[in-house]
This record gives sequence, structure tokens and C-alpha cells, in this order.
Amino acid sequence: MKLVVVETEKCIGCESCMFACSRRAGEGGLSKTCISVRSVGGMERGFVVVVCRACEDPPCANVCPTGALERRKGGGVVFRSSKCNGCPYCVSACPIGAVFWDSESNKPMICVACGYCVPYCPYGVLEIEK
Amino acid sequence: MIEGDPLRRVLYVDLTKKIFYIKDRKDLFEKWLGGVGVGIQLLLEECPPGIDPFSPENPIIFTVGPLNGLFPVASKTIATFKSPHTGNLGESHAGGRSAIAIRMAGYGGIVIKGKSEKPVYIVVDGDKVYFRDASALWGMSTFATGRVIRENERGAGFRTIMRIGKAGEELITYSSVTTETYRHFGRLGLGAVFGSKKLKAVVVVGKRQLPVSSGREYRILYDKIFKLVVESPAMRKYHELGTPENVIPLNKIGALPIKNLKEASSSEAENISGERILRDYLGRRIACSHCPTGCIHIAALREPYKDEPYFYKTSMISYDYEPIYALGTMLGIFDPEGFLKLLDEVEKIGMDAMSTGVILAWATEAFEKKLISKEETMGLELKWGDYETYIFAVRNILKGENEFYRALRRGVEYASSIYGGKEFAMAMGGNEMPGYHTGPGCHIGALVGSRHGHLDNAGYSIDQDMLKKNRILSPEELGAAILKEEGWRQILSSLVLCFFARGIYTPEIVSETLRVSGFELSPAELQELGEKIHKEKYKFKLKEGFSFEDLRIPERIFQTKSALGEISKEYMMKTIEYIKKKLV
Repeated sequence: MKLVVVETEKCIGCESCMFACSRRAGEGGLSKTCISVRSVGGMERGFVVVVCRACEDPPCANVCPTGALERRKGGGVVFRSSKCNGCPYCVSACPIGAVFWDSESNKPMICVACGYCVPYCPYGVLEIEK
Repeated sequence: MIEGDPLRRVLYVDLTKKIFYIKDRKDLFEKWLGGVGVGIQLLLEECPPGIDPFSPENPIIFTVGPLNGLFPVASKTIATFKSPHTGNLGESHAGGRSAIAIRMAGYGGIVIKGKSEKPVYIVVDGDKVYFRDASALWGMSTFATGRVIRENERGAGFRTIMRIGKAGEELITYSSVTTETYRHFGRLGLGAVFGSKKLKAVVVVGKRQLPVSSGREYRILYDKIFKLVVESPAMRKYHELGTPENVIPLNKIGALPIKNLKEASSSEAENISGERILRDYLGRRIACSHCPTGCIHIAALREPYKDEPYFYKTSMISYDYEPIYALGTMLGIFDPEGFLKLLDEVEKIGMDAMSTGVILAWATEAFEKKLISKEETMGLELKWGDYETYIFAVRNILKGENEFYRALRRGVEYASSIYGGKEFAMAMGGNEMPGYHTGPGCHIGALVGSRHGHLDNAGYSIDQDMLKKNRILSPEELGAAILKEEGWRQILSSLVLCFFARGIYTPEIVSETLRVSGFELSPAELQELGEKIHKEKYKFKLKEGFSFEDLRIPERIFQTKSALGEISKEYMMKTIEYIKKKLV
């Protein structure tokens, strides 16, 4: 399972998906989001929507020195917080910037493909691919 | 309010000394919620009576409220200041990413005072403020300024870039502040206050969590509201055609100001309607942060370069109902391309589109009536529909080419006091009129509204209601309806919600959402608080010399038939008298 960006051009930049992702933690705000929406250098050109692509051979897991990022069956990673030392190599290893940082726990945050965000995009930009 | 909520923190920035500090203002937010409620209190604290709006002491106050960052369509920031345009209360609202960025940076308010010696822009990044040299940005358009800062600063997607164009630098009293390229603190001249402080831009960056009283209740309530927002026909209208959907209905009922309100409908209006622009020009729709509606409509205008074959430029221009009225119908421009070109010019230099249009409309009629001649206009022959000449006129205003154009830099109230034509100088309370001639309600609303704008109390909507029900309210009833609406809007704009969601955020729902944010207020208590905030604003207005007796009503509104027929002056005066008694 993975979260996919179906149609970036339909994104209006409202960030409802980001708020949804963050809200899973039971709070408001944005700091727990594992999705990034930003303009393509000016909103007139549209938006970039960054989510974890659940790579088959994930660069983030490859550089993790402590084995905290385990390969998930079918792509992507499972994060084992107890093994993580907060080095943040995984952040710089991800070429699309889909490894986010939780400044409270000082550890990475990566999409778990739970799909919670999907219904909060009224324009169908995001989907869960099985 | 919830103990750990950063809403209570107010950031104070001094541009003269280049210092900043943070104060705990739980006292203000607990009592006044946020937004306009807290904004007016900070203005009463920070703005010494009788000061020149361009003095360093004039504060620029940005406030957000408890619902920003928590619930959908709570997407607005309130700016409060002393207006250089009216010399009285300045209050302007904008969306974009501004409200979320301020809330996520950990503030309920930002107060900027003083004056920098050199052009500066500031970056508020969490607990730090950076003062950046903006000398190289001075003179740049709002677009270019955004482009430069976007590349210089961190935080894409989590920040706001509020900036001015040349108009603000030149202290044109109706200059706006542009945020995220397409949203504005449009009215009452915040841009000129920025300019007077040599402040080119304010960047705010932030990302954080916000506490709620119960995570479970929060999510349930969020879902309920979200569903209402995406499914309600009222919000769908803003998504589909956007505010320009008003053009055709207003024209049909005879409420669309044409050519300086010499007429209130036109057979050509359809050419510049929301439907037409959407069909021929809509290039993209975007949204403010945390609003799934996406009402911002951007037209793509493709133009060939005259002297270079195969070279084209495509301008992306955001349009709304009010600019279509002010820079379109009010000037007799029914050619969408001409309207878009004029709007683009106004946007680049950062003037309020509404005031600019009304000023040009007055100038055109004054030219027609020979109150001014080519000597004043420096050779320009102002005439309805001629957008190219209007573009030159806008440039002349920006440069302040001669005494006449310098007068136009101060608004239509001032210009008509010098050159005459008061009866068709379409300003209410010193602020150029909004795009409605629905009946007495819209004009009374603008006259008595605390900002003299259409969104203060939506008098135009009360008019349309009277039309629909075919029942004219008595002056007392109309006065009461206007006051009730303006009172309630103080709550919406203290939270800070977009008025477009007013149908969804009923007093009951607002009360529920506030509980999640740790405020216990019943719908009745909210209405009462709204009325109190409204009166606080009037406290400031009266202190700064506002008087109901001085209100000037342009004769034109009685001469041109409105949607509700001829407007009676006596009826208007009675209504205003009623409102005055209740407010003062």
C-alpha cells in the first residue's frame, strides 16, 4: 500500500491533507504532517505535492545506521522509534524530501500510508494504491 | 483558553531600534478572543490619539484567533492600524497563508512600530526576528518582491510573504499589502503605512501543533464542519465561479454600478461576467491555507509582443467581483482583456483596486463635465471603456506627475474637495464605495460600517433580501439588522473565519468549536461580545474625530435608481440616526 499523487494539477494548495495528517496525533496545527504542499515558485504555476513514494529500495533505509527504518513488504519503510538515534541521515537521503522531521521527538516522520488524508482532498489529488 | 496555546503570545517589533520582544497577553485573548477583538484593543493601547498615520508611532497590528490552524476556513488575518486614507480606524483582512503562518509561528498577534532608516524587510521565524536589508528591493513590484524573498528565505508552504509595491513606498493612501501574490490587505492603506516605515515586506514562517481540549471531540467536530464546507451549495458557488458570479444577478436587478453609477445595469455586463472570464481566461484556481473551497480564480492572459513575432507573455491575474466592478463596469470597461490588463497594472504597483477604480471613475466624469481638462490630466483624454488611457492615468498617479495626480493619490474625497464634483465622488466615510447599488442598505452599511466597506455588515445582502421578500423594512428594522450583522461579524473576524463560511459557522457551531479551543461561550454570550467589540471600534473612531453628522452622502445614489427603486434620503437619515443612537 502506498499513498500516491494522482493529479498534481488539481491541487489548489489548501493544505487540508497536511492538516489531516497532523491531526492524527489528536491535535491541531501542522508539525506532525508527513505531506508537503508548496508552490512551484509562485502559486500561479501550481503546487508540488510531496508524499513518500514507498520505494522498493528505499534510500532512507539504506543510509540508516541503526536499522530503525525497516523495509516494508511491497515498498516503503516501517519506522522503529526505539532503534532511532536521531542522526537525520534519512532526511538528506530522500531525494524528494518525503522524510519529515519531528522536532519534539527529534526523529523522522514518514508516511505510513494509512490513507487518513485522502478524503480531506475534495479534488482527488491523493489516493491509496493497493 | 487552553494553557499551552501559543495564541496568547504577542510579538512586538521595533523597526527604529531593530529590536523585538514577546509578551504574554492572555488577558487580551481570554477576554476578546483574537482577530478584531484583540486588534482593536492593541490599537487603543498602541496608537497615541491624534497622531499622523505616517508617524513611526502608528502601529501595524496583525492578529489571528483561536480557530486559525484548528478548523477549516479559519484562514484570515486581521490588520489594524490608523488609516492614512480616512485618518481614522484602519482595519483590513486577508487570507493567503498569512493566518496559518502567524499561528504556526506561535503568535496570536504581531505589533510593528517605529520606522527604519533604510528599507527593510523582516522575517519572523518562530521565536526569532531577522531584520533584512531591503534597499535592493525598494522600487520593485509586488510580484518581483515576492519572487526574490521566496528564494531568499526558508519555509516554502509554511510561510507568508506580505509585501508592498511602489504605491506603498510612494505613500499613496490607498496602497495595499499583497500576500501570496493574489490576496490583499486591500483597503484603507496598510501598504502606505508599511511604506512610511520603510518596511517592504513581512515574512512569517512556522510549523507547530496546537492543543485542543479533547482530541476525540476535535476530530468529530472537524469532520462535521469539513463536510458542510465541501458539500454546501453556498461554498460551491465560491469554488465554481467565485465572487464574479455576482455580476449577472446584480446587473439583472439593476444594482451593478456602471460608469461612476450613472447607471445601475448594462446590456454589456455579460461580457465581463464570471461566466465569460471563466470560459475564456480561467487558468487556475487556488486556495488560502486550510480552506478546501479554493475561491481564488486566476485568469491567464496571453498577449503577443507587438514588435517581436513569436514572442508571447502569459500573465496570471487573479480576479474577483470587486475588481470587476471597480476596474471594469464602473469605468465602462466591458472587454475582459482590457479589464485584466488594467487590473494587472494596479496589482503590480500595489494599489487597492476598488479605490483606484472609483477614483478613475470620478476623474472621467469630472473630465466629461469639464471640471478638469487635458491640462490637469496631462493630455490624457479620459473616457469610459478606454483601458489603455486608464493604464497611463494609473502610472501618472503613481509618479504623482502634477498637482492633479497628486490629489488623486489621496482618494476621491480629497480630489473632489479640490476640483469639485462632490455629488458624484463615490466615497462613503472617506472610503471609495463598493460595487453595490442594491438599495439603501448597502450605502447605509458602508456609511456606518466601522471600516466603511461592504463586508462590515453586508447591507447589500439585506437589500437583496428585502427585494426577494418584497417587503421594505422600517428604518429602525433596517438599522437593527445592520447592527446585528456587524456585531456578529466581529465574532467571525475575531476567530478569524472567512466571511464566506458565515452560513456554516452559525453561533451554535462557533460555540462548539470554541469549546475545543478552551473557550466556554454560549451563542448568546458570543453575540453580546460581538456587539461589545463593535462598540470598542467606535470608541477609537470617535476619539479620532469620527462623527455621524459629518457623513457625506454623494447625491448620485439618489439620482440613479437602485434595485429597490429610488432611494429616499429621509429614510437613510432616519436609519443612520437609529444606528447612531445604538452605537454611541
